[in-house]
Amino acid sequence: MNRILAIVERDLRRFWRSPTLIIVSMVMPLVQLVVLGYAFGGKVKHLEVGILDQDRGMPAIKVREMAQAVAVNAQTFNSVYYNDQAAALRDLKDGKISGLLNIPPEFSRKVLAGTSPKIALVEDNTDQFAASALEGSLNQLLGTYNQPPQPARLGAGVTLSVVEVYPYVPYIQYLLPGTIVLAIFVSAMIGGGIIYIDDKARGLHEGYLVTPIRKLELILGFNLAGAAKAILTGLVLITMGSIIAGIPDPLNPVRFLRMLALVVVTSLALISLMFLLMVRVSDPLVPRAIFGVLNTVLFFPSGAVYPIQAFPAWMKVITTVDPFTYAVHGFKQLILKNTGLMAISGDLAYLALFTLVSITAATLLFRRTL
Amino acid sequence: MFAVEVQNLAKRFGDFLAVDHLNFNVQNGEIFGLLGPNGAGKSTLIRMLTTLVPPTEGTGRINGFDIVTQPNQVRQCIGVIPQAMTSDLDLSATENLSIFAKLYGIGREKRKATIAALLKAVDLEQWADKPVKMFSGGMRRRLEIARGLVHEPKLFFLDEPTTGLDPVSRVAVWEMLAKLKQQRDLTILVTTHYMDEADKLCDRIAIIDHGKMMALDSPLKLKASIPGKNILEAGFSRVPPGWEAVVRALPDVAEVKAVDSVFRVSSNNGPRTMAALLEAARAADIALTSLSLQSTTLDDVFAHYTGHQLRDTLNESAGYSSEFMYKSKNG
Repeated sequence: MNRILAIVERDLRRFWRSPTLIIVSMVMPLVQLVVLGYAFGGKVKHLEVGILDQDRGMPAIKVREMAQAVAVNAQTFNSVYYNDQAAALRDLKDGKISGLLNIPPEFSRKVLAGTSPKIALVEDNTDQFAASALEGSLNQLLGTYNQPPQPARLGAGVTLSVVEVYPYVPYIQYLLPGTIVLAIFVSAMIGGGIIYIDDKARGLHEGYLVTPIRKLELILGFNLAGAAKAILTGLVLITMGSIIAGIPDPLNPVRFLRMLALVVVTSLALISLMFLLMVRVSDPLVPRAIFGVLNTVLFFPSGAVYPIQAFPAWMKVITTVDPFTYAVHGFKQLILKNTGLMAISGDLAYLALFTLVSITAATLLFRRTL
Repeated sequence: MFAVEVQNLAKRFGDFLAVDHLNFNVQNGEIFGLLGPNGAGKSTLIRMLTTLVPPTEGTGRINGFDIVTQPNQVRQCIGVIPQAMTSDLDLSATENLSIFAKLYGIGREKRKATIAALLKAVDLEQWADKPVKMFSGGMRRRLEIARGLVHEPKLFFLDEPTTGLDPVSRVAVWEMLAKLKQQRDLTILVTTHYMDEADKLCDRIAIIDHGKMMALDSPLKLKASIPGKNILEAGFSRVPPGWEAVVRALPDVAEVKAVDSVFRVSSNNGPRTMAALLEAARAADIALTSLSLQSTTLDDVFAHYTGHQLRDTLNESAGYSSEFMYKSKNG
C-alpha cells in the first residue's frame, strides 16, 4: 500500500509544480465551455434577405410590411429591396444576401381571387442552420398573414400546449456535462497517457522496476496517480463550470457530493481505459498521434453535443460501450435535473464495471520487464 | 559465495545475439568494470542481472539469489543507477530520495536518518531542498548514486555513470564511489567508456565485444598480457614496399600494425626501438610526419582484444542528446 502511495505522491508533487499542466487540464476546458456555449447557443439574427416585389398590389405591400416588422422586432433578418430580378439573383449567388423573397406578378390578383397565391423563397442552402431559421421565420410570417381578421368563435383546429418540466436550459448548460467529462478525459490523456509513456521512455519506470514493487502495486499506483489528477480537474469543472454556465444554486452541497461521486468513477473509468490502451506502448509519438482521433470517437457519440437518437445504427454501437455516454448522462441528470444518485445508479455501475474490466485486462497485458 | 555468478548467460533479440553465453564471477567487495563499445551487450547484461530483461539462456545469481526465479530477493539487495538521468527535476533532492525510500518500504524514522546521511555522503546536504533542475550534471549523478543506496544494498550496478559529465565531475563521481565502497562494504559493478577511469578504480575489468567476453583480469595484468611495454606511433611521409618488414625487424619490436602511412609499433624497449626507427627512416630517406612514445594503456589493451579503437565508437555515443533515444534494446 505504501508503495502505491509513493507512486501517487511522486506524480502529484510533479503535477503541482508544473503550472502549464494545471492550466491545460483545468482552465482550457472552461475556455472551451464558454466559447462553444456561446458559439452554438444563440439565435440566428440579422440575415440579409432580398425582397423582390413584382406585383406591387396591396396584398404584396402587406407582406413587405410584415417582413419589415420582423426585421425591427425579432431581427431574424434585414430586408433589402430589389427592383431587378437579375441583380437580386447575382447578389444571392455572391453571398451578399442569404435568401430572396420573390413576390410574383399576379400575386394580388390571385389573393383576391383565392386561387392559391404563392410567394417564392430562393435560399442559399449551403448554411443549413441559417436557411432553416429563415424558413421558420417566413413560415411564421405567412401563418400570421393567413389568419382571418375575425377568428372563428369555436376553434376546430387542434393545438399543442407544451408544459416545460425544467426551467429553460441554455445551450451552455446543456454543454456543461459533456465539458466536465471531456476535461476529465483530457486530464486522463495527459496524465495517464502522454506523461506515462514519456516517463517510460525517459527510463523513470526502470527505476520502479528494479525495486521489489509488485506488478499489481505498480498498476494501481499508476492508475490512482492518474485518477487523482483527473479528479482534481473534475472538481474544478463542477464548481467553476456550474458558476460560469449559470446553473441555479451552483454550489449546492448535496448536489456537489453527488457529482463528486460521479467524478471519481468517471476518472477511474477513463484513466483505466487510457492505461489499457498504453500498456504495451513505448513510443512517445503514439499517444500524441491517436489522442485527437480518440477524443472525437469517444466524445461525439456520447450525446454530449447532439441527441443520441439522431445517430446512425453503427454509431449507436459506440454510444453503448463508450464510458463517456454514461458519464455525460449522469452529469446531465445531476446538473440539469438535480436528481438523486438512484437516477444515475446504472451509470455509476457501468463506469465501475468498465474500470474493473480495463484494469484486469491491463494487468494481464502488463509486463514487469523492459 | 560470490556477489555475482554468471553461467552461460545469453540474450537473443530476434536474430541478434546481444549477449553471447558469458561466464564470470564477481567477488564481494570488488569494483568490477565492464568495458566495451556501444552495442557490445554491456547494458543488456546489466539489465539481465538487475531483473529488467529476462535471459534467453543460462543463469545468473546475485548474492545467491537467482535472477529469474527469485527476482524480488535480487531487487532487495541491489541498487541500480541506469544510464539515463531519471531524477524528477521539479522535486527537491530530499523528495527524490524520500519517494524511493518509500518504494523500498523504509519506515519514517529510518527514512529521515538515511536520507540525511546519504546527502552528506554525496556532498549535497546544502542543496537538500533545492529542485533538482537547478543541479549540474555531476550533482544529479551524485543524487542518483544516493538514491541507489537508500535501501543499503549489498551490490551496486552503475551503467556509464560518468558519460556526459565534464572531467571535474567525473573525478568527483569516482571519488564518491571509492569512498562509499570503503564505508559501506559495497560490491560495485560498473560499465564505462573511459579507460583511464577503469584503470585507476576497478579491481578487475572484463572487456566485452559483440556480446562475448574478450578478456577478464586486473588492469595491471591486462596491460602486461599484450605484447610490448611501450607503444610507438609513427607517421611517415611515404611508405615504400617492404617498409613494414623493415620496421618489424627493428630491435625489441613485438608487434606492428599499419594503417595507411601510420604505424603502431608495440615494443619491449621503447627508447631503443625509437632510436633504431629514426636511423632506418633516415637511411631510407623517409621523413617522419609524426612520432609518439607511450606506455601501454587500457586503450591499447582494448584495441588489442577487440581489434578496434574505443575512441571511434565514443563519437557515436556522444550523439544521444534526445532523452528518448537512449533506450535501444541492444544497447
